[in-house]
Amino acid sequence: MTHILALIDGSVYTHSVCDHAAWAARQYGGDIELLHVLNTRRSSSFPADLSGSIGLGARSTLLDELAAHDARAAELAKERGRAILDAAHERLQSQGIENASLALRTGEIADSLVKRAGDLIIMGKRGEGADFEKLHLGSNLERVVRAVHKPVLIASRAFKPISHAVFAFDDGVSARKALDSLVQTPLADRPHITVFSVTDPGSDLAKAGTAAAARLTQAGYEATAKAAPGHAEKLIAEETERDGADLLIMGAYGHSRIRNLIIGSTTTSLIRSCPIPLLLFR
Amino acid sequence: MSALSFQSFKETWFFNIRADLLAGLVVALALIPEAIAFSIIAGVDPRVGLYASFSIAVITAIVGGRPGMISAATAATAVLMVTLVRDYGLEYLLATTVLAGLLQIAAGFLKLGQYMRFVSRSVLTGFVNALAILIFMAQIPELIGVPMLTYPLVALGLAIIYLFPMVTRAIPSPLICILALSAIAIGFGLDIRTVGDMGELPSTLPMFLLPDIPLTFETLQIIFPYALAVAVVGLLESLMTATIVDELTDTPSDRNRECVGQGVANTVTGFFGGMAGCAMIGQSIINIKSGGRGRLSTLSAGLFLMLMILLVSDWVSRIPMAALVAIMIMVSIGTFSWSSLKNLRVHPRSSSLVMLATVAGVILSHNLAIGVLIGVLLSGVFFAGKISQIFKVTSTVSEDGRIRRYKVEGQVFFASVEAFNASFDLKEALDEVIIDVSEAHIWDISSVAALDMIVLKFRREGAKVEIIGLNEASETIVDKLAIHDKPGALDKLMSH
Repeated sequence: MTHILALIDGSVYTHSVCDHAAWAARQYGGDIELLHVLNTRRSSSFPADLSGSIGLGARSTLLDELAAHDARAAELAKERGRAILDAAHERLQSQGIENASLALRTGEIADSLVKRAGDLIIMGKRGEGADFEKLHLGSNLERVVRAVHKPVLIASRAFKPISHAVFAFDDGVSARKALDSLVQTPLADRPHITVFSVTDPGSDLAKAGTAAAARLTQAGYEATAKAAPGHAEKLIAEETERDGADLLIMGAYGHSRIRNLIIGSTTTSLIRSCPIPLLLFR
Repeated sequence: MSALSFQSFKETWFFNIRADLLAGLVVALALIPEAIAFSIIAGVDPRVGLYASFSIAVITAIVGGRPGMISAATAATAVLMVTLVRDYGLEYLLATTVLAGLLQIAAGFLKLGQYMRFVSRSVLTGFVNALAILIFMAQIPELIGVPMLTYPLVALGLAIIYLFPMVTRAIPSPLICILALSAIAIGFGLDIRTVGDMGELPSTLPMFLLPDIPLTFETLQIIFPYALAVAVVGLLESLMTATIVDELTDTPSDRNRECVGQGVANTVTGFFGGMAGCAMIGQSIINIKSGGRGRLSTLSAGLFLMLMILLVSDWVSRIPMAALVAIMIMVSIGTFSWSSLKNLRVHPRSSSLVMLATVAGVILSHNLAIGVLIGVLLSGVFFAGKISQIFKVTSTVSEDGRIRRYKVEGQVFFASVEAFNASFDLKEALDEVIIDVSEAHIWDISSVAALDMIVLKFRREGAKVEIIGLNEASETIVDKLAIHDKPGALDKLMSH
């Protein structure tokens, strides 16, 4: 039984997240928890008094004012949050998902997630208020992916039935974890999987890729292995496009944080450039 | 993972850009008169306080543990350095600043920030009130033996500060006060003291220089006591201010990081010709009130301060002292916790006493650390006194009058030992005494010794004594320290 946590926030991705959650629930036979995290403190503007003077009882007066302001903002956000959750719940019900629960929390999304048990987390590529620029990721996405050590399914803008997946395989720790998961808790639909390694054909990694494809075949998937040398990001993106793949599976953030700061991360740029959903394993 | 580790760069710096920059500007305007005033308190050129405020604000913005809190040259640290500057001069003050910073860094790494939990609410209130009184007292020299014209000007300044916000809250009223009083003083050619009379103002950015002092043990002996006091007071005020900002914004802060941040700020500031500082309660409230929340507000406050000083230092020198005095009176009134006066009647007498003792300690010693120490010790004593009241001994005697059973309930420790001893009737001739401590908690060696003594005394009277129901917590301390069940116990006890 898989517990699926679906993060929704009222952005254009919300419908898609619900659809992906429904898909995942069918694949793994799990139950869904819809989670909406309110972060009113960060988004609400503060009442500013630029007079620069502090009168009698400045501290307590200010505290009362700020508390009252936050309370108003929080009430509105809560109402809106409940509406978002209810709409999402309806959408799930219309797809035949009955065992969905709703949760409304406040604070940081990543914090809420770390404290909640879920076997799979589903979230949109971008959140509310992040729709202004193409290639710009939601502010919470990378933090969530780095913070939680559970698989994360990143929903694309609209759900498409998944029949073919590309598995970007580098034989790293998280890639092996991804492989184990695919074998141990296989997707019910058994989509076609291309195990793709960015390496010279005939290298050790390519052989590992072939072995991985063999394991997947044993588990009932229709799997093929492929290897090509070159620039990882570009090749993986091309591979998903060529066959019209519906899902990209990969281990996330193989390198150290410091290295990512300097050379950038394949994971981040793939999340950014791939128009299809991603299933990330850590 | 803690909540803070998720506060990435963007979350603490750039989530509130417009409001942070505006608030930073308001704070910078308020910092100028304060930095000058605090330099004057310490007895150094205004330049020293202005450099310090710039440097401390910028550095704590980057390395501090409480986004949105304003740190700069402060009254609390300035009053500690008066005698140092008077007796040894500026260079020793700079060296003290560096040393105080290093001590604070050490405190941060030793995680001393957690001991703030021993500072109770009453001590905090006392500290804040004492600080307000210190700031006010520091203005008195500017109000005594000055031209008569000063008084109406200060009154006018205060009127502007408090009344102007009724007209508009978009322009800082202290700024209007400065502009109006300067215009009057210059326009009428009034002969009153100006900022320029108080010493040199900066005309360049601060520059790195090593304090010009002999690196000897004697120097260390001179500066260490001052550095220690500055370090302690600086951390106390910073951590208390952080608590206040935490409450106002309902967000957490990293106390140990704040200690290290204050330390780094002071260390660097000393090398750039600035005096020691710490977080400022009044300025931080102004910042929050003006909408500042992120690190950017603190950083921009420091940068705006330096920019304004460099651009208009000629004009700053012509600001009449009366304007500064008015602003500082406003700061002291705003810092003082007026509700604490009202609460004197409502709160438990012990809390009020702790608060008043903290204030008295500070006013008498001119050292906030001493006041806080008195307050903390006193609240500890009062707490012990209160807990010791949760204590009761009851007894029942058997029908034949040979066996008495004492039942001890509550907390047995040094403060309740006397009551404990008085509860046993040693003159009663008994065959057997049962002391039931199952409902009691034995805390320390005082209580263990008292229990031992009671047991031995009963034995001397020829009674058999049995202690039952030592709960686990009591057992650990009794096992470790008690001697009554060991051979030769009485001799040992008597030899103490």
